[in-house]
Amino acid sequence: MEAFTFTRATANAQAIAAQTSAAAKFVAGGTNLIDMMKLDVERPRIIVDINPLPLSEITTTPDGGLVLGALARNADVAHHPIVQRDYAVLSQALLSGASPQLRNMATTAGNLLQRTRCPYFRDTAHTCNKREPGSGCSAIEGHNRMLAILGTSEHCIATSPSDQNVALTALDASIQIQSARGTRTVPIYDFYRVPGSTPHIETVLQPGDLITGVTLPAPIAGGKSVYLKLRDRAAYEFALASAAVVIKMNGTRIEYARVALGGVGTKPWRSLEAEAVLHGSTADPITFRRAAEAALKDARPQSQNSFKVELSRRCIVRSLTTATQTA
Amino acid sequence: MADTTGPPHPDAKCNPPEADASPPGSSTLPGRFSRRSFLSHIGAAGIVATAPPLLAAAPAAVSAQEPAAAAAGTLPLTLRVNGQLHTLHIDPRTTLLDCLRENLNLPGTKKGCDHGQCGACTVHVNGRRVNSCLSLAVMHPNDEITTIEGLGQPGHLHPMQAAFIEHDGYQCGYCTSGQIMSAVAVLKEPVGPSDDDVKQAMYGNICRCGAYPNIVSAVQQVRRNV
Repeated sequence: MEAFTFTRATANAQAIAAQTSAAAKFVAGGTNLIDMMKLDVERPRIIVDINPLPLSEITTTPDGGLVLGALARNADVAHHPIVQRDYAVLSQALLSGASPQLRNMATTAGNLLQRTRCPYFRDTAHTCNKREPGSGCSAIEGHNRMLAILGTSEHCIATSPSDQNVALTALDASIQIQSARGTRTVPIYDFYRVPGSTPHIETVLQPGDLITGVTLPAPIAGGKSVYLKLRDRAAYEFALASAAVVIKMNGTRIEYARVALGGVGTKPWRSLEAEAVLHGSTADPITFRRAAEAALKDARPQSQNSFKVELSRRCIVRSLTTATQTA
Repeated sequence: MADTTGPPHPDAKCNPPEADASPPGSSTLPGRFSRRSFLSHIGAAGIVATAPPLLAAAPAAVSAQEPAAAAAGTLPLTLRVNGQLHTLHIDPRTTLLDCLRENLNLPGTKKGCDHGQCGACTVHVNGRRVNSCLSLAVMHPNDEITTIEGLGQPGHLHPMQAAFIEHDGYQCGYCTSGQIMSAVAVLKEPVGPSDDDVKQAMYGNICRCGAYPNIVSAVQQVRRNV
């Protein structure tokens, strides 16, 4: 691990002022950043410990929504009674990821910024456009079984690893950001960027931007949400494919639908195409299959991950079936 | 102190836990030496003269390190570990795990993968289990840290330590302190009653010897009695 200057911020403004460039990193749980610093994948010059900031609370909003503080631990969010009751997809997603110890450390905002598990990104012996812009992508011609099939480019096929962020996408969450210029709110759908020719730029955040919280809108009345994660082993593993769905029925018809995919996209992947098929349609296997086909129609598999196309389709069909059974 | 309060030594299961206040490896009597003191001394002396230093190893290893003067690039830090305050100067790169083992001479917490994937380094921070390998020591000036050394002592074992011995919840013992720290945390977490629930709650701790069935039965026994 390379040397860095360590500071501890006790006020938001102090943290914001300390992040003068991308070489200054906030640390919260540390589960992702410190791991990558040990690998020399991250080499920050300045570490700003933001754990003392008053951003751990989970609070209700006047319009019936919920704000997850940036420093709310994944375990606290997952086990929060309101999250379990009104945003089950988020609780399920969080509990399907990492381990109990990691969930006690990892934070809401840290999880938002979790970096890819692409093995070439994590190994400095290989080229990687995300780690070293312009160096090339070793993954496209390499071991790409775990990597993305949606939102890829000729420069990067790294998978977005988080479960939390897939659920937050299905819940229409928005990100609260504070900077020296003031505060702003960015819908999660606009927060992440596909790699294109700049895979090292993953979000809209700029140096000096501090995520202060995540806002969940009021739950869809009468809706039901489900997270389904498919992986190589039943625990402690990243997704090969996952789906977060929020569905509201009106009789036998689908009145409201949100579909987000994990394990297959370069960012938490909302499928507007699947949602368009579902809205107003009868909830039956034919509709679900059509939605799944629509979601994957632009998939671009690599040499070893074409299985993800059908796996993701089946994941969508299964999660929709579950979400509409008793809704 | 040397490795007096780490996970139970594999041989410890031969004795009832309360019968012998000094499990193997804990003695500080002249002429006896622990696995840790042996390895520490070999590490210091190299492999040139293996046999003669053995007799001298134990006294050398039990002397606690003096707090070093502030070296360049270090930060002052006060840590509360097992109820005791420690003041030290530390390189900010030092993980909580390395600080416990190398700076505070509490080697009961083990380094396995060092990347948050195995759970051997599990300790409690403010009562919650965490991977100490993925946290910097300087991030914990106001926290209450508990390691396996603070859980129980020979002769006064925590019920979970005693249950691991009773149920043979280990073979080589390397993952055991992490398993026990996790298991104690499970007692306070929202975990269902079944064996499967315990397996789910304990999957952040890998045991390469595969002692899982015995670990589950040890945890379940303590949960039934709490």
